[in-house]
Amino acid sequence: MQPRKPYRLSADEKVLMSILVNKDSKIICQGITGSQGSFHTEQCLAYGTQVVAGVTPGRGGVDHLGVPVYNTMAEAVEETGADVSMIYVPAPFAADAILEAADSGVKLVVCITEGIPVNDMVKVKSSLRDNDCRLIGPNCPGIITPDECKIGIMPGFIHKKGRIGVVSRSGTLTYEAVYQTTTNGLGQSTCVGIGGDPIRGMNFIDCLELFEADSQTEGVLMVGEIGGTDEEATAEYIKANVSKPVVAYIAGVTAPPGKRMGHAGAIIAGGKGTATAKFEALDAAGVATVRSPAELGSKMAEVLG
Amino acid sequence: MNLHEYQSKELFAAFGIPVPRGIPASTVDAAVKAAEELGGELWVVKAQVHAGGRGKAGGVKLARTLGEVREHAEGMLGIQLVTHQSGPEGLPVNIVYVEEGSDIDRELYLSMLVDREVSRIAFIASAAGGMDIEKVAEETPEKIFSVAIAPDAGLQDYQARQLAFGLELDKKQMRQFGDLIQKLYRLYIDCDASLVEVNPLITNKAGDVIALDGKINIDSNALFRQAKLVEMRDESQEDPKEREAAEHDLNYVSLGGDIACMVNGAGLAMATMDLIKLHGGEPANFLDVGGGATSERVAEAFKLILSNENVAVILVNIFGGIVRCDDIARGIISAIKEVGVEVPVIVRLEGTNVDKGRALLADSRLDIISAENLTDAAKKAVSAVG
Repeated sequence: MQPRKPYRLSADEKVLMSILVNKDSKIICQGITGSQGSFHTEQCLAYGTQVVAGVTPGRGGVDHLGVPVYNTMAEAVEETGADVSMIYVPAPFAADAILEAADSGVKLVVCITEGIPVNDMVKVKSSLRDNDCRLIGPNCPGIITPDECKIGIMPGFIHKKGRIGVVSRSGTLTYEAVYQTTTNGLGQSTCVGIGGDPIRGMNFIDCLELFEADSQTEGVLMVGEIGGTDEEATAEYIKANVSKPVVAYIAGVTAPPGKRMGHAGAIIAGGKGTATAKFEALDAAGVATVRSPAELGSKMAEVLG
Repeated sequence: MNLHEYQSKELFAAFGIPVPRGIPASTVDAAVKAAEELGGELWVVKAQVHAGGRGKAGGVKLARTLGEVREHAEGMLGIQLVTHQSGPEGLPVNIVYVEEGSDIDRELYLSMLVDREVSRIAFIASAAGGMDIEKVAEETPEKIFSVAIAPDAGLQDYQARQLAFGLELDKKQMRQFGDLIQKLYRLYIDCDASLVEVNPLITNKAGDVIALDGKINIDSNALFRQAKLVEMRDESQEDPKEREAAEHDLNYVSLGGDIACMVNGAGLAMATMDLIKLHGGEPANFLDVGGGATSERVAEAFKLILSNENVAVILVNIFGGIVRCDDIARGIISAIKEVGVEVPVIVRLEGTNVDKGRALLADSRLDIISAENLTDAAKKAVSAVG
């Protein structure tokens, strides 16, 4: 792997912040008029997120939930100056929606949609290489900076502004981890659900790089699962580049090989991707791992002292 | 979704990939007739099941007379074939594929799948074909060659050459191989495959390259645009419980233990299984009831769980985010009443409206053991097994 240079904060940057999204983020919802898009946009608005526009091809010109709807992303971005897109478009059309968002000039695309064909994601991932747009997901709960901006389907009330960065491949298991850091008073800077698909946008390493540079974040909770070798690569990265404490849990110690555990990416295949191998790699990198998902919060509190 | 060998070879042929001639047969007479129609003096009778390792399990047999074709077809049709990939119960053989015999010179390995590390479709090839490729990869990784394809540029000639040199093909074979993998790449894309495996890919005595076996898996997320392939689905090869679960939007995988789990979300479901194990128990299943766990879905989940006779206790673990805990509690109560659950049920609720949810369960007068948190739930489940 390419060694990365750690990002150093200037004195000015050392103020309370977060990663990727904050109270100034302006969001467009693609698929806003669908049932999922409607429901979750309403929840995001209630949380205080600035959803400034929606896009549904053919529905341009209407108002939905008090938000103007446009036919295209290009139009929506030009009219509103939005910098983030959140996608609830059905799976058959979601890859197209991601590429439309990336082309429109937004800097971050959060794709909640589950069930996108993997070959579609191969194309998307390749196209995004030529673009400075970041993708979170697909098949993920989204991203939230507590009290500022919620983009996705996570329940807002379990979050609390605070010191911990959370990055996870899971959905409800992320809520579990988050809630533990809320109840023990640590709180979160930003929580990113990177999703359970084999091909996805941002990965653990991308998030850790940002958390390392973020002055609000004092420690990082990492929740991985079986399948692939991302956690192993992340362990290497942490060893070389991350000075902040990282606490990690990997789901799927009991998962049998060859069986897909719900997520498209959660499968032990060809002897690769076992939870045991991931735990070992993280342990070797000096990460504080926990074998019980119930101890993520308490371990972080202990590590931070 | 998995395809049978004979279906995979139909697709190979349709894309112009050379395969031996063969005919599927679902009766013994049809198998003999197929052999007659193919002619020649050597046939292979191959059991069609969704599992590898058929050869060693007696599911692939050579026949030199029509009598032997009959004998082998009789021996295979109607049985449960147990291979090292099929699970202990094996898989039913409803179809045999009768194929003309091939004059094998060399056995090679070729497959395609998504390389997650580079997010691209990759070819994997090895001159050590016919064997357990995972073993080859582990013991002699230098014998495995791999190229990843840039989706916009497609498979390049140099990549085909790279693989062909690795396979030590001669000039004529290299040309045939280059043509074959271009067609395979087209098939992979057009059919939304998630795996194509040719093991073995052979060179025959005449020096031609031929796909002697074929295995194709289709990305189930892409079935909406693969109507023709959906018709090839063979439900007899699927775990009936897992299939039933899928029909109710539940994600179910049966395991060997006695503590059943019902959880919302795949990651939390795995974590719950892990926690049971950590506290000395054995999970009976993985079950994700999804985000919108309605009472109907919860009832179906209970039915599914209880169809496994080994289940001694049920652990329900729900983190209510968008779904509210009181709704979940009502679902659990009506499901238990409807289904008639006779094993202890431990419920751990957390999240939206958790207090209302817990109160409903407490007032229900059902034999529900409430758990305070994750660890408490796992401990209670393990001790309930006794």
